[in-house]
Amino acid sequence: MEQLFEGLLNDHLGFVVWAAVAFIILLILLAKFAWKPIMSAISDRERSIEDALLKAEAAKEEMARLTNENEQLLKEARAERDLILREAKILKDQIVAEAKNVANIEGNKMIENAKLEINSLKAIAMADVKNQVATLSIEIAEKVLRREFDNKNAQDELVADLLKEVKIK
Amino acid sequence: MDFRHILNSKKLFLSLILGVFFTLTTCKTFAIQHEEHTAEAKNAEQEAFNPTTAILEHIADSHYWHLWGETSLPLPIILFTDKGTEFFSGAGFHHGHEAYQGKYYTYKLIDDKIRVVNAEGEVDKEASSHIYDFSITKNVLAMWIAGTLLFIIFFSVAASYKKRVGKAPKGLQSIIEPVIMFVRDEIARPNIGYRYERYMPVLLTIFFFIWINNLLGLVPIFPGGANVTGNILFTFVFSFIVLLVVNFSANKYYWKHIFMPPVPVWLYPIMIPVELIGVISRPFALMIRLYANISAGHIIVLSLISLIFIFKTLWIAPVSILFVLFMDVLELLVAFLQAFIFTMLTALFIGTAVEEHHH
Repeated sequence: MEQLFEGLLNDHLGFVVWAAVAFIILLILLAKFAWKPIMSAISDRERSIEDALLKAEAAKEEMARLTNENEQLLKEARAERDLILREAKILKDQIVAEAKNVANIEGNKMIENAKLEINSLKAIAMADVKNQVATLSIEIAEKVLRREFDNKNAQDELVADLLKEVKIK
Repeated sequence: MDFRHILNSKKLFLSLILGVFFTLTTCKTFAIQHEEHTAEAKNAEQEAFNPTTAILEHIADSHYWHLWGETSLPLPIILFTDKGTEFFSGAGFHHGHEAYQGKYYTYKLIDDKIRVVNAEGEVDKEASSHIYDFSITKNVLAMWIAGTLLFIIFFSVAASYKKRVGKAPKGLQSIIEPVIMFVRDEIARPNIGYRYERYMPVLLTIFFFIWINNLLGLVPIFPGGANVTGNILFTFVFSFIVLLVVNFSANKYYWKHIFMPPVPVWLYPIMIPVELIGVISRPFALMIRLYANISAGHIIVLSLISLIFIFKTLWIAPVSILFVLFMDVLELLVAFLQAFIFTMLTALFIGTAVEEHHH
């Protein structure tokens, strides 16, 4: 055992010291001139990339919002157009209906007028016919009377019968 | 999270290697028979190849950095002695064959350890115990190379962050950034919580230093090949740093859990020591895990290469190379995985130490 550790420090302390010194120098120099700038550059870049991504996301959202707005506007415009068209249609229908109504009334009035006129003409014609029939009847009666005047009673009866038979409307 | 099954996977590969050994036994017997005929003709004093020493030599720290053939890079020797500091080139030892006459003592390299020798060439134990070896060894140099690589990589990455503010990463930056993000989002944030930013430098340094040392250890030629993360002293230093970081960032809930655990008072004599052992054992497990995994990878690769020298036939080389290639690909994964686990568990320990609410 003693032999195993004989000269251990004498032979190996130097290497241990050299290794420790090498590590400490390496750590100090690399930390100052390599790790610090590299790590800060990496984290800076990471942050800037994250920022850029966030901004892109925001721009995308803004874009979506604008598109949405446009669509909304378009929809509104379309709805307005539809409304106007519908109103116009209603108006048109109303006008047409009104016109139809007016025409109907006018027509009816004209028909009524025509009917009245026809009726009056008919009445006039009827009166004329009645007059003529009366005149004719009177003439017939005169002739009958003149002929049958002798048989006065019989003739009277006959006239009465005839008159009964004639019916004028 | 439980990563213990990863350790078990080593067993699988060890049995695989054993399988290779058994299937090739026939090959070996043939080689031995062949050897008997030619051995006498060959140089008789050629010493037998011992894979154990060869492998342990390769994974150990050294005062030389072997380049190729007989060429090695001598490394500077720094010694703190009781009389003063010694500084000289490792070439003076001539691979441990000769003693070097320093300013204060005469030194000799014995098993790659520096010992003081007296005039007769015998080790002076008393004097040896007063010298402290602070040499720039293979592993120290490998650490410096890894550190320099880290500086080059991360300073240029940091520069490109400054140049391209807020832009997408490009080139090296785009390779490194996902790894940093991985450490931040998969290791630090889920384990530590919202206070993770304070610990990022320590976690990132630990992660990348271990990873790059693991990777360089896989490279067989000069700038790589040192077994830094498979050195228990290195992993000791790192887990000790983790121990310090965890315990110095701990809040009152953490200490309350250790010294006033929610158990009946008569259990305190058992519970408090158990909790205190827990404080030490968690970094200790980190130390052993990294050391064992990386060393095992190196040992397996070196064993496969050693097959060529054990069988003394070149025909085994394709098999060795195939398996080494397979192991290296696996070790690439292990290199990342071990760095990840070490950092992950560090973050987990910090997370338990800084946890606000108590359950």
